[in-house]
Amino acid sequence: MIPGSFDYVTASSVAEAVALLEQHGDEAKILAGGQSLIPLLRFRLAGPSVLIDVNRIPDLDYLQETDGALHIGALTREAELDSSSLILARYPILHDTAKMVADPVVRNWATVGGNIAHADPANDHPATMLAVGAQVVARGPDGERVIPIDEFFADSSFETTLRPSELLVEIRVPAPEMHSGGAYFKLERKVGDYAIVGVAAYIVLDAEDRVTYAGIGLTNVGATPIKARDAGQSLIGNVLDDAAIHRAADLAAAAAHPTSDTRGPAEYKRAMVRTLTVRALRKALARAHGGE
Amino acid sequence: MAAEVQHHGLGESYKRKEDARFIRGQGHYVDDVNLPGMLYGDIVRSPYAHALIKNVDISEALKVPGVVAVITGKDLDAAGLAWMPTLSGDTEAVLALDRVHYVMQEVAFVVATSRYAAADGAAAVDVDYEPLKVVVDPHKALLPDAPLLRPDKKDRQPTNQIYHWETGDKADTEAMFAEAEANGIVVKQDVYVPRIHPAPIETCGCVAQFDKATGKLVVWMTSQAPHVHRTLFAIVAGLPEHRIRIISPDVGGGFGNKVPIYPGYVCAVVATITTGKPVKWIEDRTENLSSTGFGRDYYIHAEVAADKDGTVKALKVHTLADHGAFDAAAQPTKFPAGLFHICTGSYDFQKAFVEVDAVHTNKAPGGIAYRCSFRVTEASYLIERIMDTLAHDLGKDPAELRMQNFIKPEAFPYRSALNWTYDSGNYEAALRLAMKDVGYEELRREQAEKRARGELMGIGISSFTEIVGAGPGKHFDIAGIQMFDSCEIRVHPTGKALARIGVQTQGQGHETTFAQIIAAELGMSPDDIDVEHGDTDTAPYGLGTYASRSTPVAGAATALAARKVRDKAKKIAAYLLEVGEEDLEWEPGRFYVKGSPAKGKTIQELAFAAYSNCPPYLEPGLEAVNYYDPPNLTYPFGSYICVVDLDRGTGAVHIRRFLAVDDCGTIINPMVVEGQIHGGLTQGLAPAMFEEITYDEEGNIHGGNFQDYLIPTSMETPHWETDRTVTPSPHHPIGAKGVGESPTVGAPQAIVNAVVDALAHLGVRHIDMPITPWKVWKILEEHGLAAD
Amino acid sequence: MSKHHISVTINGTVYESDVDSRTLLVHWIRDDLRLTGTHIGCDTTSCGACTIIVDGKATKSCTMFAVQANGRQIMTVEGLEQNNKLHPLQEGFHEEHALQCGFCTPGMMMTSLALLESNPNPTEEEIRIGISGNLCRCTGYVNIVKAVQYAANKLQASEEVPVSAGQGGE
Repeated sequence: MIPGSFDYVTASSVAEAVALLEQHGDEAKILAGGQSLIPLLRFRLAGPSVLIDVNRIPDLDYLQETDGALHIGALTREAELDSSSLILARYPILHDTAKMVADPVVRNWATVGGNIAHADPANDHPATMLAVGAQVVARGPDGERVIPIDEFFADSSFETTLRPSELLVEIRVPAPEMHSGGAYFKLERKVGDYAIVGVAAYIVLDAEDRVTYAGIGLTNVGATPIKARDAGQSLIGNVLDDAAIHRAADLAAAAAHPTSDTRGPAEYKRAMVRTLTVRALRKALARAHGGE
Repeated sequence: MAAEVQHHGLGESYKRKEDARFIRGQGHYVDDVNLPGMLYGDIVRSPYAHALIKNVDISEALKVPGVVAVITGKDLDAAGLAWMPTLSGDTEAVLALDRVHYVMQEVAFVVATSRYAAADGAAAVDVDYEPLKVVVDPHKALLPDAPLLRPDKKDRQPTNQIYHWETGDKADTEAMFAEAEANGIVVKQDVYVPRIHPAPIETCGCVAQFDKATGKLVVWMTSQAPHVHRTLFAIVAGLPEHRIRIISPDVGGGFGNKVPIYPGYVCAVVATITTGKPVKWIEDRTENLSSTGFGRDYYIHAEVAADKDGTVKALKVHTLADHGAFDAAAQPTKFPAGLFHICTGSYDFQKAFVEVDAVHTNKAPGGIAYRCSFRVTEASYLIERIMDTLAHDLGKDPAELRMQNFIKPEAFPYRSALNWTYDSGNYEAALRLAMKDVGYEELRREQAEKRARGELMGIGISSFTEIVGAGPGKHFDIAGIQMFDSCEIRVHPTGKALARIGVQTQGQGHETTFAQIIAAELGMSPDDIDVEHGDTDTAPYGLGTYASRSTPVAGAATALAARKVRDKAKKIAAYLLEVGEEDLEWEPGRFYVKGSPAKGKTIQELAFAAYSNCPPYLEPGLEAVNYYDPPNLTYPFGSYICVVDLDRGTGAVHIRRFLAVDDCGTIINPMVVEGQIHGGLTQGLAPAMFEEITYDEEGNIHGGNFQDYLIPTSMETPHWETDRTVTPSPHHPIGAKGVGESPTVGAPQAIVNAVVDALAHLGVRHIDMPITPWKVWKILEEHGLAAD
Repeated sequence: MSKHHISVTINGTVYESDVDSRTLLVHWIRDDLRLTGTHIGCDTTSCGACTIIVDGKATKSCTMFAVQANGRQIMTVEGLEQNNKLHPLQEGFHEEHALQCGFCTPGMMMTSLALLESNPNPTEEEIRIGISGNLCRCTGYVNIVKAVQYAANKLQASEEVPVSAGQGGE
């Protein structure tokens, strides 16, 4: 309930945040929304000596479509994604995801950057970003680096490939193509809980309705966020009929590594990956066709 | 005299008087108490479920800046306080001495100048444990090779079994079962009622302040029963009772969680006496869920013997009750299984026999809490489940089977096969109203159509009988104190009144509803009557608020006290009007002379006269007190109907509708009653589908915080629909029965019955709570019905 | 451990304090400033009893450090009533019997205040979504929804502009 002691510093720019990270090394933790970090501190499950508050860094929260991509500033709050008409109109998969993160009050402070950088396999955005093929922009002492999302999550929980002293500053999501659509479905025990299972599916179709791109991401069914590669691959070149959807769903279920816990038996979670993949692909298809 | 006084009677949805402070954030809860020089306590707790304590090293803790003292079990033992009596005749550790019995058990109490320093101090206490074999399964606790969990009482209890309790007529019941086996039908069912936790949003805590100069101990405490707690503190701590003052200020929800005395309270009292400063102890949520009084944890085997046509004859029940490490269940002492033997429910069983075996395990103590009416939740659950199973086995509509077996209205007062005398009831009327409101026939038609298409829809009924208002002093006591209750009313010269009651609201609205009772008796405005409670220095002795007893017992005391006031006012009126009392009539707020209605005196005029022109043969003043020993319990009842749709892809259960018809007798304030029902239904939904406290093999708790203990939000909670029948209690002064727990008693089985009903055609007979999506999905999968 | 000087405006009043880094905002408000209307109900950011408004945003004050509030505008339940006039939300909670024990009420009202600022005419579904981060054990939420609807109607009908979450109180 009561955190242990730590020092606290505020960064007023990205450069300053990077410098502070360099100075304190792994004794420091970034404090963005704090909605994941502060609970850990209160249970004394994390014990950094220094918190670097990045909330005052100006111009790090934005939603801008330019150069064929949606640029999301790392400090963008989940509530902004949830209420943005741009997101609802052109990136509904992000709206689906944002509105399922925790609860509405937590979403006022929780950041998209934090949701990804925390690398909790139970967080919702990683699966979605894997599905859409996002990029993460990091800034460190050696300058700026663009990391494809496929290379961002490490092999163990809560680890990313960010280098020491690197700060996640932006996420880039490809702008929607002519016939494209995505959806995120999250099964939860109640509002505010982590997913029992979450599935993000994103497809791009050509003029003949064949799949040219398919990405499927899975939430909370493994030690890390999972990209169901075989499942996505199975759809390429095909029309998204029921048979193709079910085949992909079977492959997505096979890609999951669920464990049995208070959110359900592993067998159930694996079956739900299948069910939610079907539902997400059907919704993605409907959106690709301009429907809802 | 004065301006037109508004009269408000019973049955009015008077807006609540207590709201004024709460909506302004001016409520006064225990953690809001702030005294000069106040210290803070934090508890060191065991990470082991069962272990010997080899050593408790407090040296590092004492070095933490701000830490003033650390109290250990040994310190308490020197004062004879390491163990304290429970409400069930057991003893319970205050701070563990030589061993711990459950994860999160209290081991040491750190006192410091701030919350944060106390937490740091607690983290710095180093305890050396030697783990022992853990027992979490109550069945295993009874095996001959199980470790003895309570060697401290091995002379009087040589095994882990606390008691065997039985009631009813075993021989006659067995005879009826034999008959039914031969010529009728016998239905058997095993149901588990999981361990859950009341989890009010305000956790437990206290501020204890001992004044050396006056010898007075004041304890602000989250207490549902301040007077009983005062008496217990006096007995346990050896302090003179007239120098103990318990103040239960505003309480943020109780639901039975704030009935027991917890080690934190005792430690805070010890700490204030030893330090001479006020000491505040407020537990956090994890402590609350992991160590304070839980509810339920009953493994029930039930059997019904019936005729071939479904007329029930006999009921047989055996229960294994898991009480955790100490028997600290809070119930009337003569009823170790509470009022569980109400389990014949609304049905006319001729014979019944009930046995309960209680056992220790390495878990937190408790058992009776969470709006249970002393185990009525468990009792009502088992009978409503098995009646549904009987209906399905017979191919009969569950509503029809219930109607067939209801106790008939003309049978009241009705003596049950287990010796309860139900005061009044009309079960058929309640069920018919529920069926009408929900559109039952149409729903059954829809269900049949949907079933043909492979869509799964279920309808569940629960027609419960509650038993509340404990209770007649001859049979009901808490820690030896008879379960009466009280009210004291003082009317001031200018016609305003102050009333004090022996019960203790935790949100039930007593400041308004009890003012309404008095207002109705005296024809005054509830605005002119303020109701106080919770301060043992001023309130008359009462047994507190739990088990829905406030209206049946203290409400009766209040009505009778008000009538005493009115009787005295009548004497004064007769004196002033120079007539005999027999010549006076009463209308709300006024006595007048029969035949001369203009000749009268208002209650306000009479109040003033009581102080200024009092008849010489009467004592001056206008006040009365009543201590009420109820002649019987009261029996609220109701019928609930729940409609569910199942998602064949995920197993998720969607509650499409929930219709609750309640009968709590005379309704004092319909708005307050409806609010109680909404809340109680939500606490019935919760165990049916969401909440559960479980333990792994090492005794580690799952569900020990609000991330894992799933309190329903506004999204999981349906839009409750309510309706009412009114069948007054014949023995209660205003015919009221009490209502707070009825919905929690009646709801879970309506939901479980609905889900089972959706799957009954597949041969499903039962699903244990909580009904999770994966339990449902597993059944669908096994029957080839899982879909996308 | 470092100590920081903070200056925070709460309900229109500026409070200056020296706080430890780790002091939670809710503890600073309750214990140091004696504004005890904001409550603590859990330790996992789940219950919302501690909800206040920070710079116009509903915020669980148990999941923010006091130092983070430096320079910010805060509104707590104590700021709802202005010039002896209850806010329509306070009226609505009273009229619709949306509180019983009162412990979740301040947080529930602050979340509702912020909700109505961004959605002045919410449906029942939208209200239920909006308050889904605030737990109530007593009311079963039905009347809370009605209270918010009452306030929405009153605010839309009224000419006056009562205190808003964004202003942080006057």
